[in-house]
Amino acid sequence: MASLLTDEHRAWIGHAEPPITVEVSRRDIVKYSIATEQVLDKYLRGDEAPPMFIFNLFGALRSIAELRADGLPRGRGAGPKLPLQRVMAGGTELIQHRPIRPGDRLIGTHRIVDMYEKQGSQGPLIFTVRSLKVDDPYGEPVLEEIQTSIAR
Amino acid sequence: MSLKIAELEVGDALPERTHTPTNVSLFLYNAAVWNPHRIHYDAPYTTEVERHPAIVIDGPLQGDWLAQCVTNWLGDSGALERFNYSNRRATYLGETLTSGGRIGAIDPITRIVTLELWVKNAVGEVMSPGGATVRLNA
Repeated sequence: MASLLTDEHRAWIGHAEPPITVEVSRRDIVKYSIATEQVLDKYLRGDEAPPMFIFNLFGALRSIAELRADGLPRGRGAGPKLPLQRVMAGGTELIQHRPIRPGDRLIGTHRIVDMYEKQGSQGPLIFTVRSLKVDDPYGEPVLEEIQTSIAR
Repeated sequence: MSLKIAELEVGDALPERTHTPTNVSLFLYNAAVWNPHRIHYDAPYTTEVERHPAIVIDGPLQGDWLAQCVTNWLGDSGALERFNYSNRRATYLGETLTSGGRIGAIDPITRIVTLELWVKNAVGEVMSPGGATVRLNA
């Protein structure tokens, strides 16, 4: 099988995006907690964010004109354009140094750490592995995440 | 109820919870995480263009259920230090899924407990496996 990933794609491995700063609001934590049917009061009051609140917290904010027909962002903002366009979340590994709390000002840096191909039951798959390092403004680590997306 | 390392055993089950997402709950989730991917809210697009059998339940939402499995069991008895999940198979609107887990290992010296986690479908197939390590206070 010919490789779908080219040297141009693989050149993105190691590439870091510019850091993104996020200010966490209690209201955003409460919205997330309601949507995910949390049961602990600390989450429903927004005193602390559930661990998976991190998902897409540092995702790029694009205008509607910059979205593809499937709703996902077009272009290269978070990596190279892939020959397979249907993308799904593959999984997450999370190291939590401390919980995220309302009022936190967080600085997150994405980096592409690996890209590889596999043959799935319904065709080829491209896996893109990104790291996310989140610190507070004083450089203290808050969490580290390794996230895999799958293009099919 | 407070968990204590000396009172836990390998194999102990974490409480299970069933989840039956609806169009409304998936809309709220995708709004909360700012995810505009149409496979999570646009049925004609999802079935006719992307050829899924129905609206797709978000993988990270299932990851959240697994994290909740841990945090609900743990309460204030310790801290979640590491967590992982893998979205192995797609699940669809209309399915009822069950999150659960069990204790895989206990280190009484460090008070670290390793947990095995899963989201299963109605016939017991694991759709999203996961794991976590927590450190208990006592």
